[in-house]
Amino acid sequence: MKNEKEDKKFTTISIPTPLAEKIKKRIKGTGFTSLSSYVTYVLREIISGTTEEHEEAFTKEDEQKVRERLRALGYLD
Amino acid sequence: MIRPHGGELIDRHIKKEIIDTSGLPEFTININTSEDVLNIANGVFSPLRGFLSENDLQNVLSEKRLTNDCPWTIPILLDFNKKDINNIKEGDTILITNKESGVKALLDVEEIYKYNKKTLASKVYRTDDINHPGVANVNNMKEMLLAGKISLIDSKVREFDKYNLKPKETRFLFKEKGWQEIVAFQTRNPPHIGHEYVQKTALTFVDGIFINPIIGKKKVGDFRDDVILASYETLMKYYYLKERAVMSILRTSMKYAGPREAIHHAIMRKNFGCTHFIVGRDHAGVGNYYGPYDAHDIFNEFPDLGIVPLFFRSFSRCTKCGSVVNDKICPHDQKYHINFSGKKIREILKSGKIPSEDMIRKEVAETILKFKKPFVE
Repeated sequence: MKNEKEDKKFTTISIPTPLAEKIKKRIKGTGFTSLSSYVTYVLREIISGTTEEHEEAFTKEDEQKVRERLRALGYLD
Repeated sequence: MIRPHGGELIDRHIKKEIIDTSGLPEFTININTSEDVLNIANGVFSPLRGFLSENDLQNVLSEKRLTNDCPWTIPILLDFNKKDINNIKEGDTILITNKESGVKALLDVEEIYKYNKKTLASKVYRTDDINHPGVANVNNMKEMLLAGKISLIDSKVREFDKYNLKPKETRFLFKEKGWQEIVAFQTRNPPHIGHEYVQKTALTFVDGIFINPIIGKKKVGDFRDDVILASYETLMKYYYLKERAVMSILRTSMKYAGPREAIHHAIMRKNFGCTHFIVGRDHAGVGNYYGPYDAHDIFNEFPDLGIVPLFFRSFSRCTKCGSVVNDKICPHDQKYHINFSGKKIREILKSGKIPSEDMIRKEVAETILKFKKPFVE
């Protein structure tokens, strides 16, 4: 059984009313159907550039194996 | 280096020496599902760690996103007959295996649920027409789905594996080559001049190209996998700078889901470390189920995809220009245009003849004709 929290897909945020009005004007005639859909789009665009990076590293032994494999394919000198 | 999709490159391998599988219930999975297991384990499907839960499935169908808001368009599912899993309950661990791929993996069963085939098909494929190959596959699925994380214990070395690079390996390769921007080209056919034009146009603006043919279940009449690889080896040998092009296979089945699959293809290439992805006309389409540029338009829904799509429209050879053109750069009438028809090239090759060099490189055609049976029968 899913609880209420799991089912809740959306939340409410507050932005200044003048900003909301400006956005409403701006999205007229575009593909955005609501203020929420525009704000979601913009936030997704911003947040996608700020996620933490996890660098994956090989062990020395594995790196040597991969390097040899890539050399055999002619991809590394 | 570009971040993997969801921020982390998933690695779901587990050392077989530390695992005791005796006593675990074992289930055979089909070859396509076993390729999904490998793609999850190797990080091709990052951020997935296993098969989709019911919540994630519903979200993917309705929002084209996982419940964590990460873009995801193609459900990765594990189906079983109800009678076969009667003794399995949530919280159990089971062994899933496939003989052909040698896949042996653990599945931590987090959820067992029913689903609606018609909804699944119509959301993913935008049709419930059983003539659509993807819809037909959904109709053939079993009635229950199992969700949960997988851990890959083993798999076997297979044909073409020298070209089977994992995301961790391609990322290492790109770094070693000093490539910052890499464009991925998805293919399921030998290259004709039009493909080469698209690839080289894209390559002009980035550091390197990652040619990534899909290897797996294909339709009758399609080129065989070994033919596709050999033809690309030839093209790369004679017509590409060694420093600028690499090729690796991707083992996965084509879903023919058009626009949704274009996003899925882009996500996989992002995980391989590519920054750009070529999307052609009717990408991953079949028949007339999708508009020719639906697979371009869908990218507008994903400002957070993290990989740049490069859209190409139709292209042809213009006899007046004397070069390969597209509809944005050539002012001449259609009567001067020769289309690169894969179908026409196949027909000429089937008759044992070499098509005109206006359509396909002579060396590539000769490579294909060296095969007695170049097509899937």
